[in-house]
Amino acid sequence: MSSKIMNTPFKKLALPLTVALGALCATAPAYALKTIHSERSLYRNLFVTEDGDLRCLTFRRATAGTRQTCFDKTQPDFLYFPYARMMIGSLYLNPNPGRILIVGLGGGTLPMTMRGILPNATIDVVEIDPAVTKAAKEFFNFKEDDKLKVTEEDGRVFVKKAIKAGTQYDLIMLDAFEDDYIPEHMLTREFLQEIKTILVPGGVVAANTFSSSGLYPYESATYAEAFGKFYNLKAANRVMWAQNGPLAAQETLDANAKALEPELEKRGVKSGMLFLMLNARQDWPDDARVLTDQFSPSNLLNTRVK
Amino acid sequence: MRKFAILAISCWSGFLLMSLELLSGRILAPTFGSSIYVWGAVITIFMLALSIGYLIGGRYSMNSPRLSVLCALHLASGLLILPIIAFELPVLDGIFEYTQDPRLGSLLASVILFFLPAVVCGTVAPYAVRLLVEDSQAAGFYAGLQYFFSTAFSAAGTLLTSFYFVLIFEVDQILMLLLGVTVVVAGGAFVMSKRIAP
Repeated sequence: MSSKIMNTPFKKLALPLTVALGALCATAPAYALKTIHSERSLYRNLFVTEDGDLRCLTFRRATAGTRQTCFDKTQPDFLYFPYARMMIGSLYLNPNPGRILIVGLGGGTLPMTMRGILPNATIDVVEIDPAVTKAAKEFFNFKEDDKLKVTEEDGRVFVKKAIKAGTQYDLIMLDAFEDDYIPEHMLTREFLQEIKTILVPGGVVAANTFSSSGLYPYESATYAEAFGKFYNLKAANRVMWAQNGPLAAQETLDANAKALEPELEKRGVKSGMLFLMLNARQDWPDDARVLTDQFSPSNLLNTRVK
Repeated sequence: MRKFAILAISCWSGFLLMSLELLSGRILAPTFGSSIYVWGAVITIFMLALSIGYLIGGRYSMNSPRLSVLCALHLASGLLILPIIAFELPVLDGIFEYTQDPRLGSLLASVILFFLPAVVCGTVAPYAVRLLVEDSQAAGFYAGLQYFFSTAFSAAGTLLTSFYFVLIFEVDQILMLLLGVTVVVAGGAFVMSKRIAP
């Protein structure tokens, strides 16, 4: 009797399942990623995959959906991901930052791009996971130099040390979030206050986060409390440009974009595209709760639907 | 009723301990980050404190064990949460001034903030077992029962704190909640101990 019950639905499903499986097999070669390096680090599994000329760093299984960094070996300067272009676009607020802090290395795209555009800038990078630094150097052409150094530690600890040492930056790029994990202590009012402390007056923050989840209003309220008005860019990712002081006007952005055009366009950063996404309006409710060191359930909120 | 009171204390003590351990990671993160070292330090200190607590509680249960003493131990473990709320920020700032190494820093901070409450939590378990056991034949049974309730509630404390409490309350509010329930459980058990005392 049980086989009868089991048989009926399965028979019905057999044909579509076979067809679906067949189709999957037929398309599989197009997505056949070659894993050229894999490592289990202190914090995660790390894979470097290659698909033709495209080399990517991923933190989960070697699938196309969760790529952290990709670069095209035939045009290594080109920024493959929109979020990277949105982050680099923060130069429109201050086109010539002398001291830059980047929290979260990934494949090293942001620091190498910054080095390419600004050969004389001092760039500090903080990365918690030594395996990421190693992979960036080995597979993604990331190089340290006299004025570009990686420190392997927690981003917030680095910032606290910078406060103690009195170090200040013209631009801080926050890129420490993964697609499914947020270091919650780096998304609180207190952390952003610490970031402000190590920014020069008028200094710029660019933060790469998520555009659509239950976290959105909380994150927005927290940034607004720390920085006041900020520019919001939304695509698959969300990037915020904020300033320690009054926010640069659109005319300033336009003028800086024009001056930076030769350097940025060849990397795929087009001001027209970015300005289309740009918005400084509040699109979250007034009563959104601010995240603090006492209240920071960011990962739980991020799994909620907006 | 007496056994019920003892087991209620065992349950809440287990809940309190793991809820506190989970929150301690959040308390340290703003100062020392959330790297693997910080969690390593927190777990180390809690385990060490518990082991010492077991030893003390077991030894202490040799001198005319009473339910009222168990209530007092439980209450003390709850009251030791108050210094955490009062001094977490100055203690963490002070330690960061002294060392910026997340390993040493989080070890020191865990010792200062969480060691004592965890030791006293540890004393509850063997003391409760002693009170539950009436003849040595059943010693293993009652030990198993005590472990079951305290550990099952440890699991509940971990889950509720990490999935729900942090979504609603601030860290200090959760600590006050833990303290409040501890006072109620210890007080309730104490009243019961007076009623049933010979």
